[in-house]
Amino acid sequence: MTDTHSETAPDYAPVHESAEAVRRWLAERPSFALFIDGRWQASHDALPAIASTNPATGDLLAHIAQAGPQDVDAAVAAARRAQPAWAALSGADRARHLHRLARLVHKHARTLAVLETLDNGKPIRETRHIDIPGAVRHLTYHANQAALVAQTFPDHAPHGVAGQVIPWNFPLLMASWKIAPALACGNTVVLKPAEYTSLTALYLADLVAEAGLPAGTVNIVTGAGDTGAALVAHPGVDKVAFTGSTEVGRAIRRATAGSGKALTLELGGKSPFIVCADADLDAAVEGLMSAIWFNQGEVCCAGSRLLVEEAVAEPLVAKIKARLARLRLGDPLDRTTDMGALVDRVQHERVAGLVARAVEEGAAPWQPDIDCPATGCFHRPTVLTDVAPANVAAREEIFGPVLSVLTFRTDAEAADMANNTRYGLAGSVWSETGGRALALARRIKAGVVWVNCTNKLDAGVPFGGVRQSGFGREGGREGLLAYLKRRDRQQTPDTDAETATLDTDAVPAGVADAVHKAVEAAAKAAPWAQCDGRTRAAALVRLAQAVDDRRDALVDRLVETTGADRAAARHEVETSAARLYAYAGHAESHEGGASLAQPGQTVLTLAEPVGVLGIVCPDRPPLVALVSLLAPALAMGNRAVLVAGPGHAALADDLQALLAAAQLPQGVATLLTGARGPLARALAEHGQVDGVWCFTSAADAAAVEAAAADDLKRTWVSRGRSPDWLSPPAGDGAAFLDAATATKTLWLPHDA
Amino acid sequence: MSQSPESPPPNPGPAPAPAGPGAATSARPPARNPGTALDLAGVQATRVNAAAVASRITALAAARPVAAAVRPAWLMRAIACTDLTTLAGDDTPGRVRRLCAKARLPLSPEAQTALGAHRPLTTAAVCVYHGLVETAVRALDGTGIAVAAVSTGFPAGLSPLPLRIEEIRASVAAGAREIDVVITRAHALTDNWSALYDEIAAFRDACGDAHMKVILATGELGSPTRVARAALVAMMAGADFVKTSTGMEKVNATLPAALVMMRAIRDYHARTGARVGFKPAGGIGSADEALAYLVLLREELGPEWMTPARFRFGASRLLGDIERHLDLTLTGRHASPDHFALG
Repeated sequence: MTDTHSETAPDYAPVHESAEAVRRWLAERPSFALFIDGRWQASHDALPAIASTNPATGDLLAHIAQAGPQDVDAAVAAARRAQPAWAALSGADRARHLHRLARLVHKHARTLAVLETLDNGKPIRETRHIDIPGAVRHLTYHANQAALVAQTFPDHAPHGVAGQVIPWNFPLLMASWKIAPALACGNTVVLKPAEYTSLTALYLADLVAEAGLPAGTVNIVTGAGDTGAALVAHPGVDKVAFTGSTEVGRAIRRATAGSGKALTLELGGKSPFIVCADADLDAAVEGLMSAIWFNQGEVCCAGSRLLVEEAVAEPLVAKIKARLARLRLGDPLDRTTDMGALVDRVQHERVAGLVARAVEEGAAPWQPDIDCPATGCFHRPTVLTDVAPANVAAREEIFGPVLSVLTFRTDAEAADMANNTRYGLAGSVWSETGGRALALARRIKAGVVWVNCTNKLDAGVPFGGVRQSGFGREGGREGLLAYLKRRDRQQTPDTDAETATLDTDAVPAGVADAVHKAVEAAAKAAPWAQCDGRTRAAALVRLAQAVDDRRDALVDRLVETTGADRAAARHEVETSAARLYAYAGHAESHEGGASLAQPGQTVLTLAEPVGVLGIVCPDRPPLVALVSLLAPALAMGNRAVLVAGPGHAALADDLQALLAAAQLPQGVATLLTGARGPLARALAEHGQVDGVWCFTSAADAAAVEAAAADDLKRTWVSRGRSPDWLSPPAGDGAAFLDAATATKTLWLPHDA
Repeated sequence: MSQSPESPPPNPGPAPAPAGPGAATSARPPARNPGTALDLAGVQATRVNAAAVASRITALAAARPVAAAVRPAWLMRAIACTDLTTLAGDDTPGRVRRLCAKARLPLSPEAQTALGAHRPLTTAAVCVYHGLVETAVRALDGTGIAVAAVSTGFPAGLSPLPLRIEEIRASVAAGAREIDVVITRAHALTDNWSALYDEIAAFRDACGDAHMKVILATGELGSPTRVARAALVAMMAGADFVKTSTGMEKVNATLPAALVMMRAIRDYHARTGARVGFKPAGGIGSADEALAYLVLLREELGPEWMTPARFRFGASRLLGDIERHLDLTLTGRHASPDHFALG
């Protein structure tokens, strides 16, 4: 076979998306006002406008307003005025509005994609195929759910006004992630887009108006960090939702501590990407392309830490390098471009700085020899090998196109390394052995785990993190619940004698030691989280039987210590036992579910335990309140460190006897009695506690939430308004089970 | 795909050909794949994730549009890489001579000039049954266009092994420079890799200097992992090309199967230095489909594979659609099908 064709192989040529329409649109709008109460309003605070530039070229695109406190006031007030009528609409009417908005975004998809690419620097292919269709999908899904919210969540009501602060990596997509569920549930919205990338949100404002959403339903205020801070701190905001850095998330947790605002945080990550020796290595390489080089690596759930089994590290890295040599870096408006510009010079400097530091700390850098524009915020894809777990590139979120490569020997080591981070957003596992992949996926501490795939998301599937990657979920049932509150919670102020006991003084050393001992025992009792539902149910039944066996003695004790009449005491004891039996049932049934989110995608949503829970119990009613908090925690596989106040002192021996009778493994449930305030604070500050429930005073709640901000542990507080523990719908059920679990989403792709 | 890192490296092949990305391919015959011993552990450790293959194909379709400005160059390359094929029961010498004429002049000289072809464009080969090899050889004399013969009891490959080997020899003697052999699918379907290796090695031996394309019949193998393993075994046994299909299976060439085979070729190249060719065949009928295969080839194996020495389309209808597509590029109008010479 003689080769007679010696010409060079045909090559690609740029396929440019026209930016004409967008440039015309921008030319008519050299500067943007604020979208408040259904119309464009000039800023009252008259702060200097912010220049929005194209990071690929440095060209000025427009000036956006910087909203100040008065503007935020006006936006929140408009949202507040609009909220009752919006919530009063039928589900079908809210669905109609959201569907109209979804259709308009779809109609303007091409323009929005170009605008997003100009503003953010990401490739047009991604904005056209991912960002904008994803935004439409979120609006449509939540439009569909809007029609059902009242049926699905009969005991719930919207929070009211949602203050939402979003990042610059997926500007319009994040706006829709935030706006859609909030509106579907009957909330109104004040949205603060990122200052680098506000233009598509401002374009959306016009579509909101065109869709005929009532004035004030959606308000969009632009600005930088100060604007966001003013929004989340605003007393008129009932619910705060934030996506962005862990640093800012922590500040928001502190700012909202004790305010009673509902809060969800979707923060950073350093997500592990585990490749086993029995993986399809080529598939894993393509997965990495999406995990860390998609969107220039500016993705919160980026698989930035490659953990590869030592045996295949060399061939895998060789394949990665060969693949990167074909990556096309450059003009974001060219449809053949794989990677565009980082969002801003500031980000470029941050990424370059972290890479330099990683190299100083021993990492070996590699970049492909591919074309890279000389100007603009472009950064070549980078592979760092020889990254030790202590290296900055293994610990810090870089938020850029930089992969850190580490190796492991055994699956146990892979899991340990995967979890050796303060984050817990996502992870992926690559192995062609089903059982091995699932076992590793279960062991990764994260909100989302992809098996043999990565970066799969859907509006109908929960997404969100654990640990310092935040709390709360977006998407699916969990995402809707984040914009609803229980309607039936009895607003009975606590009658606790002891309130406001938490002060800012250091926790006494003795108390801290006692808490540490209990927490350490709880941490060691980790197998409890893995044991099956029937084992946990059996323990709860033993506890229930122990209450039954001691019924008369417990009634006597309650009469004696609380002064309750005999019938009431008897009711409390019987309700306590009944609750334990009920949670024994839940232990075997509240385990999660499965769905076929997309063809060829089976998705499991697992109700995993939060971990070690610190539970601060109210004094009254002493037995049933404690039981109502302990039972769901244990049923779902948590280990509990219970804090009981002086009201329990006389009951302490009885409670210890009950726990002993239940024959729980060492450390699964520990009861601490004493000065409740310091004990609660010590729990909230302890790094091995994963969540704190505080069912005492508002002051306790504020202190717990503030202390929990350090490591962003989940909190659940009553602020002195406990449910009616004796009534079944208020004192047990879904809310308790949800609080006792963190949803972990497992994506399991297969042949369609 | 992965291969067991513990498995010993097979016998190294010749040094890699000097062509780099974008480099012109050499005018002399490319080095053949000498084959290696059967690396059974490496074959069995190879795993392919079907869902990931599908998602790569979907992603690539969006990621690598071929701009209108360069499309003629790509499509002319597709013609140059075509094995113009007729494999019908009613083939006659006249029919084959007509096909050979089309192979010599796949585009009108006017169109070739207008499209800026560097030299007279021809297809790479004409592919026929054994009985028509001599006719084709005569019709193509002096053109440099190879005659390929399908062989070894094509398409099912179930005639007695000595007859299949004899068939190869007869076609080579008749002047076929390329032999397209079919494998015993049962060997692959029962994981009898040593039997498959021995069979293909025997075919290769019978081919002598003729280049051997090994048809895996991927549509009958049932899983991408089996396709990858069969491709590796074929290359170890000395295949110069691995080919997807006979065109007679219920499912013939597909992009996912092509991806899996290209990756097998890449891994084999990494281990031995030998550049084995790839031939998708059966059912590729449109210019757009051809571009999708060429894009996949460029992305997975690189531009150095975009040459008739390493890539072929096995097709009968494809040329006509490319011709119409190029004519549309030149004239901006859809021409009557009768405007183009029959093949």
